[in-house]
Amino acid sequence: MQELRDLARKLLSDGAVGVVIGYEEGPHGVRPAFITDGADADKLIFDRRCVQNLATYLAPRRNHLGKLGKKALVVKGCDARAVAGLIRETQIKREDVVIIGVRCGGVLRSDLAIGNGGSGNGEGGIGGGGAGRPAAGAVATGAAAVALTPETVADRCAECDIREPHLADHLVGELPPAPPVSKRREELIAKIEAMTPGERWDFWQQELERCVLCHACREVCPMCFCERCVADKTVPQWLESSPTGRANFAWHLTRALHQAGRCCDCGECERACPADIPLGLLNRKLAQVVEERYEFRATDDPEIPAPVGSYKLNDTQEFIL
Amino acid sequence: MAETSNGAFEPKVTAFVCNWCTYTGADLAGTSRLQMSPNVRIIRLPCTGRIDPLFIVKAFERGADGVIVSGCHPADCHYTSGNYHARRRFALFLELAGFMGIDPKRITFSWVSASEGGKWRDVVNDTVTRVRELGPFTAYRELAGKP
Repeated sequence: MQELRDLARKLLSDGAVGVVIGYEEGPHGVRPAFITDGADADKLIFDRRCVQNLATYLAPRRNHLGKLGKKALVVKGCDARAVAGLIRETQIKREDVVIIGVRCGGVLRSDLAIGNGGSGNGEGGIGGGGAGRPAAGAVATGAAAVALTPETVADRCAECDIREPHLADHLVGELPPAPPVSKRREELIAKIEAMTPGERWDFWQQELERCVLCHACREVCPMCFCERCVADKTVPQWLESSPTGRANFAWHLTRALHQAGRCCDCGECERACPADIPLGLLNRKLAQVVEERYEFRATDDPEIPAPVGSYKLNDTQEFIL
Repeated sequence: MAETSNGAFEPKVTAFVCNWCTYTGADLAGTSRLQMSPNVRIIRLPCTGRIDPLFIVKAFERGADGVIVSGCHPADCHYTSGNYHARRRFALFLELAGFMGIDPKRITFSWVSASEGGKWRDVVNDTVTRVRELGPFTAYRELAGKP
């Protein structure tokens, strides 16, 4: 932690960057911090509660941060994949950001880490909790934070292969032991796949009926950087704006599809969702398909082309007559 | 969904086809006087690469019971690579739509060239038969009324 603070202080005092975007202790758990003065660098922390993906502050539509000057960003491996995605899709230039990679030993489920998910406060989300999410106790802060166990670790940590970001200008911290593995998400996906189409339909209707189309999943997503989203277009209107069953289904199908092969699996959509909809299942399902068919795995190497937008002559086409 | 005068279910199938191959192939099927099911409404587009998966969603929203998407065979694309891009997009769409509960049997993807009038007839007849067995897609239409 001291290494991180010293580095931030040095970057700011040297004038190498105008702002260091990291994590700090807030009144309701860990929150993003924007350190512009080296004297504040001691506020920076990093531990298993730092679930947020700060790469979302790099997307050009958050350009109001530009007036703070060049950005340095604290990234975990999963966040580094988002930075790589933004570079790959020419949204930012590599030299425009100083990347401080932290070696990561896994993070907590977001409801345990910062408790802004509905189930964290014991009251349930808008609709009373999402599928397959065990009920959580009160959120502990500081050193008292919940330990990482297969029950408490974030779903995405099970598939993590970048605990030490490759895409980084500076790497800080010792490499902690690998996190415990949670099979929750894979098991739930397998369970849904084993259902008949009708059962799958009912499962998703039950989840999606809580959606209020607030688009928080889009707003928080580092890869949702379009200046005008298709959901906001009205002439012609492709996606309806009132939350009916039909509009919710179309939105979530479209959102997931637009993330195919691009999703960095940071879990932010699911964390931001006020209705506890298990959006990560859709993203993960598509990631599985993309890996199986196109041998692409979300990576923090911006040179590897995205699977959608490129093609191979011999792509699988067993589904085409 | 439509009903005949005797009350039987007649499926409504929307076909998104590419201008250069399948549309011409369907034209050939017509000028060759091939008998095929009249349940298909064709929408002509420049290329399968122009077909956004949202088109398919919209078709279901507007009352289609089944959808056909068809274009040039690989290596035949008028724009060189539109169908290759489309192939990846449709693969992902089909997997996701299936995962979310749309029966994949309601959606047909095919490559039909300008000379394959007979293949187009088969694609149409097979799809209509399959969708007729599945019945009307009322589950989707009922979504509209749900708050």
